[in-house]
Amino acid sequence: MSAFRRTAAIGASGFSRTSRTRILKDVTVPPLAIGRSRLDLNHLVAAVSSGAGGDGAVVTFLGLVRDHNLGRQVRYLEYDAYEPLALKTFERIAGEVRERWPGVRLALHHRIGRLEIGEASVAIAAASPHRRDAYAACRYTIERVKQIAPIWKREFFDGGDVWIEGATADPENALARAEAERVACA
Amino acid sequence: MRVTVLLFARLRDIAGASELARDVAPDATIGTLWRQLAGEYPALVQYEHSMSSAVNADYARMDRALCDGDEVAFLPPVSGG
Repeated sequence: MSAFRRTAAIGASGFSRTSRTRILKDVTVPPLAIGRSRLDLNHLVAAVSSGAGGDGAVVTFLGLVRDHNLGRQVRYLEYDAYEPLALKTFERIAGEVRERWPGVRLALHHRIGRLEIGEASVAIAAASPHRRDAYAACRYTIERVKQIAPIWKREFFDGGDVWIEGATADPENALARAEAERVACA
Repeated sequence: MRVTVLLFARLRDIAGASELARDVAPDATIGTLWRQLAGEYPALVQYEHSMSSAVNADYARMDRALCDGDEVAFLPPVSGG
């Protein structure tokens, strides 16, 4: 029986082990993404892997929802985004990384919607022939996301909720970009 | 001419809507539209110097001229990650 027929026989209610394996193997994970699905670092690592043997390092970063902030007991977060601009901003950041660290391949996924304590809100993977560039590109990417990605978190804590407001987003701000690069290379 | 306004995070809460349609003058800029909205929703004024703006899903400056049908987004300081 072919994999297709096996899947069809199971119907829409779930995957057999066979169909799940097939899907993971065949689906190409986009290197840049924003959406409501749970983040999986393995997908990002796969997205940056060249498979050609030239890489010496993959550095990954996972941002998690923390149970406390500024003395408040956090219950959960809700992330909102201007999705089309967020994706373009991710492309911009990837371009900046290519320009600064030409040998690095980057993946960046951000999750939106309601996230519980301990869940991952952002995942980054950077692959490079040498660890130094992979570390720097990974750090630069999270700094730039926080500076210019049109994404907002609303914190629900014991006693209320508040929109968190960080940086004024300005992709052309050379000082901010230089600061991200300084932190990345420290 | 008519444009669509998108508001996010606390700007959306202030206006009570994530999307608005507004008529603007033919020579209107993003800044013109912002001042029009700030007149309607005075609590927006506090974001005058900290928000960013975008037209048709690209960042744009306040002096950018608008066209009929544009989608204009106002973005408070961001907090992704």
